[in-house]
Amino acid sequence: MTVNFANNQPKTTLLWLQAGSCGGCTMSVLDHGAQGWVRGLQAFGIELLWHPSLSEECGEEAIAVLDRVVSGETPLDILCIEGSILRGPNGTGLFNRLAGTGATMQEWVARLAPRARYCVAVGTCAAFGGIPASAPDPTEACGLQYEGSTAGGALGGDYRSLAGLPVINIAGCAPHPGWVAETLAALSMGEFDANDIDRLGRPKFYAKTLAHHGCDRNEYYEFKASAEKFSDLGCMMEHLGCKATQAVGDCNQRSWNGGGSCTHGGFSCIACTSPGFEQTEGFLETQKVGGIPVGLPLDMPKAWFVALAALSKSATPERVRQNATSDRVVRNPKRTGGPDE
Amino acid sequence: MKRIIAGPFNRVEGDLEVALDLSGDVVERAEVTATLYRGFEQILAGRPGLDALVIAPRICGICSVSQSLAVATALRNLAGGRAAANGYLAANLAHAAENIADHFTHFYLFFMPDFAREEYRQRDWHAAAVSRFKAVSGSASGQFLPMRKRLLEVMGIIAGKWPHSLAFQPGGTTRAIDVGERVQLSALLGEFQMFLEETVFGTGLDTILGLETVGELEDHEARGKGDFAFFLRLARDLELSRLGKGPGGLLSFGAYHDAEGSLLPQGFADHTGTSRRLDAAAISEDATHAWFSDTSTNPLLSDTVPDAEKSGAYSWAKAPRLVGAPAETGAAARLAVAGHPLIRQMLEADGGSSVRTRIVGRMVEAAVLVHAMQGWIRQLRLKEEFCAHFDLPDEGVAAGLVEAARGALGHWVSLKDRKISRYQIIAPTTWNFSPRDRHGVPGPLESALVGVDTKGLGAKAAAIQHVIRSFDPCMVCTAH
Repeated sequence: MTVNFANNQPKTTLLWLQAGSCGGCTMSVLDHGAQGWVRGLQAFGIELLWHPSLSEECGEEAIAVLDRVVSGETPLDILCIEGSILRGPNGTGLFNRLAGTGATMQEWVARLAPRARYCVAVGTCAAFGGIPASAPDPTEACGLQYEGSTAGGALGGDYRSLAGLPVINIAGCAPHPGWVAETLAALSMGEFDANDIDRLGRPKFYAKTLAHHGCDRNEYYEFKASAEKFSDLGCMMEHLGCKATQAVGDCNQRSWNGGGSCTHGGFSCIACTSPGFEQTEGFLETQKVGGIPVGLPLDMPKAWFVALAALSKSATPERVRQNATSDRVVRNPKRTGGPDE
Repeated sequence: MKRIIAGPFNRVEGDLEVALDLSGDVVERAEVTATLYRGFEQILAGRPGLDALVIAPRICGICSVSQSLAVATALRNLAGGRAAANGYLAANLAHAAENIADHFTHFYLFFMPDFAREEYRQRDWHAAAVSRFKAVSGSASGQFLPMRKRLLEVMGIIAGKWPHSLAFQPGGTTRAIDVGERVQLSALLGEFQMFLEETVFGTGLDTILGLETVGELEDHEARGKGDFAFFLRLARDLELSRLGKGPGGLLSFGAYHDAEGSLLPQGFADHTGTSRRLDAAAISEDATHAWFSDTSTNPLLSDTVPDAEKSGAYSWAKAPRLVGAPAETGAAARLAVAGHPLIRQMLEADGGSSVRTRIVGRMVEAAVLVHAMQGWIRQLRLKEEFCAHFDLPDEGVAAGLVEAARGALGHWVSLKDRKISRYQIIAPTTWNFSPRDRHGVPGPLESALVGVDTKGLGAKAAAIQHVIRSFDPCMVCTAH
């Protein structure tokens, strides 16, 4: 038996374009990997055909790269689009032309998507419309295959990439670098099929849990010991608008920038992985009816929540109660009846 | 006369198109176009004041902390409040980390790869430039990106995540740092300083902090072993000190504040580097050649109404002016206004800013910031609060003037009945890449390109690439 040391895995080609984007998704993914994301791609045999921040080709040279994909001369394995598709004004797409081409990004996406084995929406804007779609939606913004949570968008609900998949929606504003890098690597390994995405096209490997899971304010949540202002340690669900119990994401199970997350950083989850998150008015306060938060944990019956909340509030240890409204631990854990600290 | 279009102009942040009218091979006239408009100012109107902390920073995922600080500053000014002392310091740490990351992302990923272009294959430094800086394959990005990642761990400690964090509030930052985290901050800064000393500068940070004269810079150029010295040698060979002349005026809103003042002052410098006080009321924004309906030129009174078919318009960016004139903004401007002796001497020697001075400004500023960050880390008083709390008024108008990596950033906010009634943003590259104003006066890049020889290569000419990228344009927040 001979061992073949040659890298016989075929190259995976990747084209990345920015539409109505803030550039934040690219900024995020550049933060990936011990050797940097560029080398990370190489390790998986992913060849970058063009990326606006990384490639040498500029102007005509870049347009030639795109034209070769449109003509089919260069096979395209993965098309990544970052940013909302802006259809305005009045359906013309003129709010977002691809510089130097005279054509709108809406047109370029329509030309390129049919050529792609996989089509990936990087970030909530490309997935569902995101912040630019916020009322009054001045640019007629949408995602590649969704307008909010309604199928449709720029490519239409029936679109399937050449591999037979709908658009893969790496929702998040901005998404975790790992969500992007791992999705692309998994595609290059051929390890991604329709069972790997949820009903909104989001990769299940990060969308199978709630942002709340693993939150380091867990004890405050359990006892309904609530923060009253930003910088308090308590749970931010009751007063400060936190939606981590309603939004998908493994945000509190993998570290952001070496050890953070939104709730770890002292501020509320705004459900940035959810379609329509941008339509909220009053992000930083909890909407309530009769004193009860409107948005309850995703799959929890309201009566149970109310009953459990009342019970846990009555059982809150004094330590938890005091720490909840402080910016640091003012009382350490100690055994009931034990000696004072 | 022949017109050529450069675009998509990449290795900049966002969407950029530049039209060049050539006389022979020489640029006679340039028009700079921001090709993307997302409607943020329209989206912000009518929302609760604090929602600006969520929405406005999302105009830019590159200078997201700077945007957050502009919002927080405007809201703090509206309330007449004061942030907690620790809040200023923690915000400065995150802000400086973002700006340093931006400076080197520009240097390693955007700017230096142009020296590996085929156009330079006859130069004796070309092979070294290819091996070190060629886009995607060069060795430098593999060294820089892991250090960028490590530096941005400042965000994990202070801001939860990056980009787009809600840690930056009018009263300070939302997370109190403890003694262990202070050590973590100091450790990662120490590692970044080693990267600067071993790879970027090839010498101790003190040497770079001590550069005061052009002679000392030339000495570093001759003897330096790092990537910065390599750039200086290229800059000499290609005469980059004569390329991409700025408009003269240099603007800074001042950066890295505490309750009393700022590390880098607010002001306005002329082409000799002599600086004066800035009158913020003298800032105007002209929509004559922008795809917007004409409106007040006062950012506190103007409205944003897009008009994609407006005749004579060619950009989604408006034209900001200071006392009616264009101004350049960025690291070189910040240091000139602060009176940095080396930058002032370079400005004076070259008769204004140039491609070389813009790069030197960023590198020197990065050294200044790493040094300042070590000081801020020590100044944190860990037993005191990081966030003060105060309510926003129901009505009022205020501006938040800060600096992003690329220069002066302003958010002008009006509140009425507790809702935002008007929101206007002027971003750094709106200044640098502004279109013409009503008097036909071009923006800084438009004038910097005039006279550049394309040597028969059209928009591909490396000189064009150097001039445009020397500003480190960020088009995403330019038009919003």
